[in-house]
Amino acid sequence: MSSQWLGLLGAIALAIFIVELLRRGILREKFAVLWLVVAVAALVVAAYPPLLTGIASALGFAVPANFLFLVSAGLLLAVSVQLSFEVSRLERSLSKLTEDHVLLAERVERLQAGADEGSDGAQ
Amino acid sequence: MTDRRLLVAVPALNEAGSLAGVLTEIRAAQPDAAVVVVDDGSSDETAEIARQAGVVTLQMPYNVGVGGAMRVAFRYALDNGYRAVVQVDGDGQHDAGDIATLVAALADSSVVVGSRFAGSKDAKWVGTHRRWAMWFLAVVVSRVTSTHLDDVTSGFRAADHKAIALFAEHYPTEYLGDTVESLVLTSRAGLSISQRSVSMRPRRAGRPSQGTLRSALFLGRALMAVSVALMRRPVTVG
Repeated sequence: MSSQWLGLLGAIALAIFIVELLRRGILREKFAVLWLVVAVAALVVAAYPPLLTGIASALGFAVPANFLFLVSAGLLLAVSVQLSFEVSRLERSLSKLTEDHVLLAERVERLQAGADEGSDGAQ
Repeated sequence: MTDRRLLVAVPALNEAGSLAGVLTEIRAAQPDAAVVVVDDGSSDETAEIARQAGVVTLQMPYNVGVGGAMRVAFRYALDNGYRAVVQVDGDGQHDAGDIATLVAALADSSVVVGSRFAGSKDAKWVGTHRRWAMWFLAVVVSRVTSTHLDDVTSGFRAADHKAIALFAEHYPTEYLGDTVESLVLTSRAGLSISQRSVSMRPRRAGRPSQGTLRSALFLGRALMAVSVALMRRPVTVG
């Protein structure tokens, strides 16, 4: 019974934590949604354990916990792939921005040099 | 007025010791060409030396690697209407006298690679293992690009306007992307590649990477770069 309470508390804590991050604008929606779904699913399963054991046995798992582990591993894999994807996208944006910045900086430098020369000539 | 046709691009990372000499050499060999130095986040006076020499200086705010530095140079070339770009390393390895040879070869191919192995035997300073790895890589890339190439990791190369348009957008920025992967990219975009024999000197500063393990690692990463380049969807130039 105590493990059920632990699960329930953990799920509630996760939900509060995610909502708080979202509220403070630290986490963007697209990442928050996934974790909120996880928190709600954990909450439901913790509140009503027969649901987990029922699904697990229906799918042919001898030990319900194994079903839980499989789902968790799959979820974590999906999240890390998504994060790698996001990081790659960020790197592309960053290098594009850096290139733009460098080319603009050179142009400003050149224009500045031209303007300085022009004002010197006028004096 | 500067000649709007040829741009000599010099990617440089902490080359304060050799850059001034390299720039003087390029000026002497190609007085009509424009020169751009891409300072790849150096911590020494590389950018100041380039500015003092009066060449266009693109200063990366942090280190992006040779591929990233060259991509900026290609974008600069595209934006300013240059018809050809020659890459010359800032460490003094490349002989500016060979620039003309590479540029002349652009008449019948889009990318020309300066090879230190083709028809010459004065490359003894490259370590044995490393040399073997380079040979193997050359065989693989030659097959993939259907072009005979001896020195695919050479950073001494020339690109015509078609290659400039391709590279400004798609130049690979990952490790070895600037050398090996870019050749695969070029070939798959339908552009032609050729090589010319050039002489190369040992680096003035720093030492070349050597050792069996490092060579094996180098080869593995290079083959990875080739595989990735082959898996990518080919890009076409308009």
